[in-house]
Amino acid sequence: MRMPLSWLAEYTDLAPGARGADVAASLVSVGLEEEDLHGGDLKGPLVVGRVLDFVVEPQKNGKKIRWCTVDVGQNGQMLTEGKHQEIVCGAHNFEVGDLVVVVLPGAVLPGNFEIAARKTYGHVSNGMICAEDEIGLGHDHEGIIVLSRLLGEEKAAALSPGDDAIALLGLGEETVETNVTPDRGYCFSVRGLAREYWHAQGSPRGGYRDPAAIAVPAPNGDGYTVELKDETPLEGNEGCDRYVARIVRGIDPSRPSPSWMQKRLTQMGMRPISLAVDVTNYVMLAVGQPLHAFDVDRLSGSIVVRRARAGETLTTLDDVERTLSPEDLLITDGGEHPLAIAGVMGGASSEVAATTTDVLVEAAHFDPTTVARSARRHRLATEASKRFERGVDPKVTAAAAQLAVDLLVEHGGGTPDPGVTDVDHTTDRAAYRLDVTEPSRIVGVDYPRERVLGILRDLGCEVVESGEGADDVHVLVTPPSWRPDLVDAPDYAEEIARIDGYNNIPSVTPTPSGGRGLTHSQKARRVVADALAGAGLTEVLSYPFVSEELADQLMLPADDDRRNAVRLANPLSEERPLLRTSILASLVDTLRRNVARGHKDVAIYELGLVFRPGGPLGTAPIPSVASRPDAETLERLYAAVPAQPRRVGILATGLIEQAGWWGPGRPADWSDMVAAVQAVSAALAVPVVVANDAAHAPWHPGRCARITLADGTLVGHAGELHPKVLAALDLPARTVAAELDVDVLVRASEEPVQARSFSTFPPAMTDVALLVRSDVAAADVEAALRSAAGDALESIVLFDVYEGERVEAGHRSLAYRLTFRAADRTLTTEEVNGFRDAAVAAAAARTGAVQR
Amino acid sequence: MRRTTDHAPNESSERTPMSGPNTNYDPVEVSALDPANIDAAVEEALAAIAAAGSLDELKAVRTAHQGDRSPLALANREIGALPPSAKAEAGKRVGQARGRVAQALATRQVELEAERDERILVEERVDVTVPAVRRPHGARHPIELVAQRLVDAFVGSGWEVAEGPELESEWLNFDALNLGPDHPARQMQDTFFLDPVDSGLVLRTQTSPVQIRTMLEKEPPIYIVAPGKVFRTDDLDATHTPVFHQIECLAIDKGLTMAHLRGALDAFVRIMFGPETRTRVRANYFPFTEPSMETDFLCFTCHGEETWGSAEPCRTCGGSGWIELGGSGMVNRKVLRTCGIDPDVYSGFAFGLGIERALQLRHGVQGMHEIVEGDVRFSQQFGMEV
Repeated sequence: MRMPLSWLAEYTDLAPGARGADVAASLVSVGLEEEDLHGGDLKGPLVVGRVLDFVVEPQKNGKKIRWCTVDVGQNGQMLTEGKHQEIVCGAHNFEVGDLVVVVLPGAVLPGNFEIAARKTYGHVSNGMICAEDEIGLGHDHEGIIVLSRLLGEEKAAALSPGDDAIALLGLGEETVETNVTPDRGYCFSVRGLAREYWHAQGSPRGGYRDPAAIAVPAPNGDGYTVELKDETPLEGNEGCDRYVARIVRGIDPSRPSPSWMQKRLTQMGMRPISLAVDVTNYVMLAVGQPLHAFDVDRLSGSIVVRRARAGETLTTLDDVERTLSPEDLLITDGGEHPLAIAGVMGGASSEVAATTTDVLVEAAHFDPTTVARSARRHRLATEASKRFERGVDPKVTAAAAQLAVDLLVEHGGGTPDPGVTDVDHTTDRAAYRLDVTEPSRIVGVDYPRERVLGILRDLGCEVVESGEGADDVHVLVTPPSWRPDLVDAPDYAEEIARIDGYNNIPSVTPTPSGGRGLTHSQKARRVVADALAGAGLTEVLSYPFVSEELADQLMLPADDDRRNAVRLANPLSEERPLLRTSILASLVDTLRRNVARGHKDVAIYELGLVFRPGGPLGTAPIPSVASRPDAETLERLYAAVPAQPRRVGILATGLIEQAGWWGPGRPADWSDMVAAVQAVSAALAVPVVVANDAAHAPWHPGRCARITLADGTLVGHAGELHPKVLAALDLPARTVAAELDVDVLVRASEEPVQARSFSTFPPAMTDVALLVRSDVAAADVEAALRSAAGDALESIVLFDVYEGERVEAGHRSLAYRLTFRAADRTLTTEEVNGFRDAAVAAAAARTGAVQR
Repeated sequence: MRRTTDHAPNESSERTPMSGPNTNYDPVEVSALDPANIDAAVEEALAAIAAAGSLDELKAVRTAHQGDRSPLALANREIGALPPSAKAEAGKRVGQARGRVAQALATRQVELEAERDERILVEERVDVTVPAVRRPHGARHPIELVAQRLVDAFVGSGWEVAEGPELESEWLNFDALNLGPDHPARQMQDTFFLDPVDSGLVLRTQTSPVQIRTMLEKEPPIYIVAPGKVFRTDDLDATHTPVFHQIECLAIDKGLTMAHLRGALDAFVRIMFGPETRTRVRANYFPFTEPSMETDFLCFTCHGEETWGSAEPCRTCGGSGWIELGGSGMVNRKVLRTCGIDPDVYSGFAFGLGIERALQLRHGVQGMHEIVEGDVRFSQQFGMEV
């Protein structure tokens, strides 16, 4: 919401010498965030110019610039060289003859941007044709300002080249823009902002002049017929509970709104249109009450406010035909023909036109929920809907209509009808019984009773200190009509703290009674992440959005659960509508990006959630928020949220060990992924079992390790990715990957490790070379050896694998070093040989191994 | 040396057998025991020892002058042939001579070993400035590290860490937080909805549903810090990303006030930006809290000097002198009731901030792209702790 300082000064006294920044700071101090400052920081010459001619000149960079000659009156080059201004312009939204805004050399634009004649695109450009954002008028930078479009043809016709545009556009005056929070609808008016500024100055007596405090004629039976017929209120709230209709006849349609009003509307970021429309907008900005102006000649005699019927349509002012919903509240002509969507937008049919002489001014109070839903349904966020959604003062209605009537009479030469319609179903709000010590308890500042009551009265509350319900501690507070947000003690506490000053709140460190620290899971996850980083991998984060083709690219089987992905209804990109079901699904993009940036050797990992609905999504209940949902509802609520297991994904490509003076580098291969898994396993002290897995996408069928816990629980997979997957995803050949279920590992690491005792007797070592068929897994051979080697076995190390001429085709030789150590004695050679022979015999029996 | 061989008679030798009963004493044959000869042998040995320039040479010297065939060893052997009266004196003389040689050998041995060790160290010199890293170092992502930093400080003060799902029920993400379907604030949040949209599920837009879950499951007192990933339908640009991270704190206890909220916020700011950081607070609106509060902290670059509209406004704070931290407030009574907590007994506060923003401010990260793109160079500058 914007506010020029002069308008603010009409309703309250500005602090002496206050400038825009001071006003903004005052408003910040009472909780209204500063958005921007407009105007006041601009130095001319900034003048009206007429485009006399231009030449389009294509540039090497593909742009087309316009080399323009502009009449800027007796300024600039006319003054110094006797010719019209020559300016280069990049915009294309104007024609020869258009009036534009020209900034001339010597001027300074907002942001301390000094304008000088400068050479650009092969010409000396003597200034610039301005866009809205360049002069602090708005945020538009789509093209330059064409004054006939900004101000209207009529207004523009009265302008001459060389006219001062600073005064014309109100840029010499500072305009403060504040961000209005949803609870402070009343601050969408100068009336409300002025009141807040007054509070920030200490609410001095007589320092605030309410523009709505005007005499209003009493309603009578002679006014225009209005019926409020909401048969299906939303949540029990009548869609329209007050409707004021006033008629002004005989307005001269040729008379524009006064220039001071046009200037203010421009400063507020609105476009002047016609007297009737400008007046309704001006009054809305002044007191926050959206108004609508109907052409009386286009109405048939009565207005009925009702809900829409199914299938009904209305062409709104923006020329869009809208199919209405039975929840939409309508203003209708005689109960039939829709005239407007209440509080959102009027219809084209009853719009005031260039010929309108008799105007019906509507000032109504609509239900916030009804307006919010209609605005959302029709994607129409209008100045009116934004105010109604946040709550409009239900007592300002008649005054707002009167202000509009007065302005139409004064500037349009019209005559008000004596009939005054005011259908008023509003009820006065009940008083709240406030414990005056409660604000102190909530805020932590000791506010004396008088301070609390003083602030409440300044805010416009009615405070009753005696009578039923009032006592030493309690008072009866009725909030002002413009503050629907003030309901209970915390609301009042915020007001007390806000007006007294939030910065009076001290800083007191809370003292929890002592927590349990990080959970095991939280610690274990850090261990996993740290172990992988310690192993030379770099942690990255990727977006979880993936494409529909990805499942095929990863060669996932048709029945793979990873194909059951959650789909977004409104993805950022239609190409990536699904949520990842594995970390690798999105991590591959990160790897590709790194490779594209010239990193040949990359080893990355990501720890995060994946989304595994396991089938179609369920429906989560939406219980009432009035109290805690019952256990069964909560159970359904939690159960409807799909499983989101925590995974870690790892990818590596290129050299895992660098080349250097020590020799060549070593490319990452499948074993590095198994090693990374083992690093995690060791860090968590959770032993894992590695087995060959010939059929797990997206891995290479011959180079994929299946990782399980000792009890067989699946942990994940590690190895080289399938060459076809790599090709489909445009990843480097031989890229390797692993993905592990962190939840499984975390759970497995919960049990405290039980320590083994160590023997201090000397170890005895013996080597065996076993010839096995090539398709026998080394892990199986080792398991067989272990099974029969006896308790004295300390370790088995596979120290050589040989496949080649010296062994039978289709076979390979596995060389193991077995280390034995007894707890209570030094083993003899005979004992060790016996253990070894038993182990070899078991390997022979289970895997067909033959000792070489 | 083996005794059996040493004492075997050597018939082929031109020398006289050296051992045996001293029955045939012959002064000529024991000339080796002549003092002059012994002195000469010692002098010769000492000279050879001194001349030995390496351990190998010394080894040869040792064999020649201390070995079985050395003059002194031969002399020693002949003592047995002396008459008992001469044995003592000869024995003493030979013993002293051998002692001098042995000591000289030992001394020289130590000297030469020291020289050798010295030389080896020189010879083994390398250039330690050549590259040493064969396996590149890994790194954590700084977003995780910033979260850990904040979490650890709060855990150290007795708070606990709570977490929740990223794909969350609409009720927990909105309704339970006093963001009803028609609430204007709900429209401001650009939510990722799931297909079908009536599933009642969304990608959470804030970490606040974690607070609701905690309040539903746990009796007060509650002191939790909830870090996590959140989602909004913003396109990636310098200040926005559709996936980002928040960290929120929630405290529910008896007698908590806005002063406690301010205390917790101050602690938070100091953990991130140093113990001297100053804060200011102002009113704001959040449906989840009432009263609500917005916190700014003094810009650590310009130290609060307003630079609005100047030629070079402060790049950290944009010129206001203050940096917005994030929203907070006392937990709305409606929210407490929804979670089954009696607002007449307990009160509480909540606050949160974006971790990306904290990372950008604290570490001078210019844009959002670097944080989300996963370029390994980005993570690698931060190591394992921030």
